[in-house]
Amino acid sequence: MAEYLIKNGFVFDPVLGIKGDAADIAIKDGKIVETSAVKNPKVIDAAGKTVMAGGVDVHAHVAGPKVNIGRNFRPEDKLFGYKPKNGIERMQGGFSVPTTIRTGYDYARMGYTTVMEAAMPPLYARHTHEEMRDTPILDQGAYPVFGNNWFVLEYLKNHEIENTAAYIAWLLRATKGYAVKVVNPGGTEAWAWGLNCENIHDPVPYFDITPAQIVKGLIEANEYLGLPHSMHIHANNLGTPGNYQTTLDTFKLSEGIKPNSKFGRDQVMHHTHVQFHSYGGEGFNFESKAPEIMDYVNTHDNITIDLGCVTLDETTTMTADGPFEHHLTELNHLKWANADVELETAAGVVPFVYSANNKANAVQWCIGLELALLAKDFTRVFLTTDHPNAGPFIRYPRIMKWLMSEEARKQQFDAFKHKDKVIDATNLAGIDRELDLYEIAQMTRAGPAKSLGLAHMYGGLAPGLEADVAVFDFNPNEPYAPDDIEKAFSNAEHLFKAGVQVVRDHNIASNGNKRTLWVNAKVNENPQVMRDVKEKFLRYYTVTLNNYEVTGHYLPNPYVIEVDATQ
Amino acid sequence: METVTLTIKNQPELYLEADNITPDAFAGKKAEEIAALHVYIGREQHQLGDFFEVSGGAGATPEETKVVVNGDLSRVKYIGMKMTGGEVVVNSNADMYVGAWMQGGKITVNGNVDAFAGTGMKGGEIVVNGNAGNYLGAAYRGDWRGMADGKITVAGNAGSDLGTFMNGGEIVIGGDVDVHVATHAEGGKIVIKGNAKSRLGGQMVGGEIYVLGNIDVMMPGFAYREDVDIEMDGIKGRFALYEGDLGERHRKRKGQLIYAKLYQQIGA
Ligand SMILES: [Zn+2]
Repeated sequence: MAEYLIKNGFVFDPVLGIKGDAADIAIKDGKIVETSAVKNPKVIDAAGKTVMAGGVDVHAHVAGPKVNIGRNFRPEDKLFGYKPKNGIERMQGGFSVPTTIRTGYDYARMGYTTVMEAAMPPLYARHTHEEMRDTPILDQGAYPVFGNNWFVLEYLKNHEIENTAAYIAWLLRATKGYAVKVVNPGGTEAWAWGLNCENIHDPVPYFDITPAQIVKGLIEANEYLGLPHSMHIHANNLGTPGNYQTTLDTFKLSEGIKPNSKFGRDQVMHHTHVQFHSYGGEGFNFESKAPEIMDYVNTHDNITIDLGCVTLDETTTMTADGPFEHHLTELNHLKWANADVELETAAGVVPFVYSANNKANAVQWCIGLELALLAKDFTRVFLTTDHPNAGPFIRYPRIMKWLMSEEARKQQFDAFKHKDKVIDATNLAGIDRELDLYEIAQMTRAGPAKSLGLAHMYGGLAPGLEADVAVFDFNPNEPYAPDDIEKAFSNAEHLFKAGVQVVRDHNIASNGNKRTLWVNAKVNENPQVMRDVKEKFLRYYTVTLNNYEVTGHYLPNPYVIEVDATQ
Repeated sequence: METVTLTIKNQPELYLEADNITPDAFAGKKAEEIAALHVYIGREQHQLGDFFEVSGGAGATPEETKVVVNGDLSRVKYIGMKMTGGEVVVNSNADMYVGAWMQGGKITVNGNVDAFAGTGMKGGEIVVNGNAGNYLGAAYRGDWRGMADGKITVAGNAGSDLGTFMNGGEIVIGGDVDVHVATHAEGGKIVIKGNAKSRLGGQMVGGEIYVLGNIDVMMPGFAYREDVDIEMDGIKGRFALYEGDLGERHRKRKGQLIYAKLYQQIGA
């Protein structure tokens, strides 16, 4: 493989602790190495430019059946957006639900190299892997959903942690999954009866268990196994005014539990798209409770969060939170897709237009940014849009602009129709903080890599890490306009993925060697769980076990992370 | 106003995607520059001049530009797409998407238009002196934003799915229409001077349909309210008023539920 030396760039790297000093980064055999270790490198002159590790996204919906329902039922999302094949660059289409090809390329253009699919219905794991396989460049993994799974509900109502852990290990292996995802615990199962779980103690119909028991049990089972990532939750009551109390109650379920993982993470709970979970007030008078939420996050080291920033775009919402999507279609009267996934989960999809003329949407925009600007530790607070729910991922550079520039936020406030009411309901207008690129690198690189238990591969530029390196045409030491930030970080000048140059001079130069990460957790033999699996497949599933497991050819380039939980 | 005349000289073997045939694309250009504008056949890019003889010249702005297109255009799509002003005269039949997403100006077709004419139209006027195909003045597939403003007049008949998701503006059909009229509409006005078949106003929550001829089958979601006298745009007579679609949600204004209205002529 070619050797590279990226010379004289302004480096922002939380792993090395470099805060914008000029430094050289060397690449050899797919890894970052000491500069003395390269003999005859190709030299990239990065003088006057910004150099960072490849971005890591902990939470996006980019592959699988509900993403594809979004693509299928929104032809208008693709209208006028096609880009024909050009050289090695394959044809691309779609805006909020882009094709797999565009997904890979657009992340690469932003300097991102690792993206986790945040909700994989186990029964449709094959479909999810097929789409990830077709997404170029990026390393990816997928989180199977567990929070409404009948096995989990039945084991955890009796607090059977060992059985839950054995089932998780089996399902991760069967679906080639990466982490334990929980969406509206209990509420999605309740939705099969037209109901929901409205707080963490609201029992799940017919299962005699509460969301609190599900969440706590899954944290304990996750730590029993010592998985790379923690339990990853989308709590109950997403999007409901006054829900911040449920969010705090959910956070508190992590108290007293210590991480048990040799992968270097410090958290036992990752709470996703917290913007949607930080609302006070009621009805149309909802308001920001970001300060209350961040007071908790800032003082509790065993939690990480991601933002879920609203970007004020037309987008496509999609979640395993079935009752929430029904609520949305009742609200905006746009088309609605709804699916039940047998014993496991459900999903809904609804298009949504976030408008600067709508007070509620403007308040949501403020809350997402407030969460970040009130944070104390940026290695525990990550930049996301819950793509595509609060906005498409291609807006990450625009969010960076808003976080880095008070002037940019002022411009957006001035564009709101109900500016004064929005300011009354939020705190953002009174915050003058401007983040720097080091903090951005913590939120988008080092932090998410550590939370995922992948700090030994991603998120930094230390020798030994994967050679995932981005060069942006942005000089932080020269005067710039807010829009220059968005422009530069939307359009990386160079990007290396595992030592392969995938973007050269702002153009896609290679389709890369994408890998799919999954976790193989070994546990003691558990005849009871295996008997339960066989029985449930015989009695309830529409497919047999043989048609369930994700086998080799779905992952042509797997990267297996081994965990030994036998004892 | 300056005039550009296009005369087809080579018929495309397949279909020509000619969204550059607009006063907007032509404005400020000479004949040679207009002939160099691109057209597509499938994924192949060609020049307008490969298929058309171009004469005359454009005005400085779309508003000062008139485009006359001659010859058989039944394999030419997207004439007048997204135009904002000026005039287009088509002296033939034209293929799909005439005046789609049009915002202003006027298109006159002295022949028939195929499907999707006036898709997502926002303003301006389309006059078809022949017949129109399916999905006239409808929303793009999947979209909920149909015709918002402007006027479409068809001298002859129109096909199915007329005015789907219509929100505003007016469509007048001189002859008969096929099934599905104003499906999902939330506003606008459709006048059918001939006969209609069935499924008028399915899931319609606002707007008006006038039918001067027969309706084969009325939607069960429309209820007869009363007989009314109407005089508008040269139409005069007694009409039966139906309201619907009762199976749908309906907005309220000043405490009153708003329904879509369907008027059928019952007498002079
Ligand atoms: Zn999500």
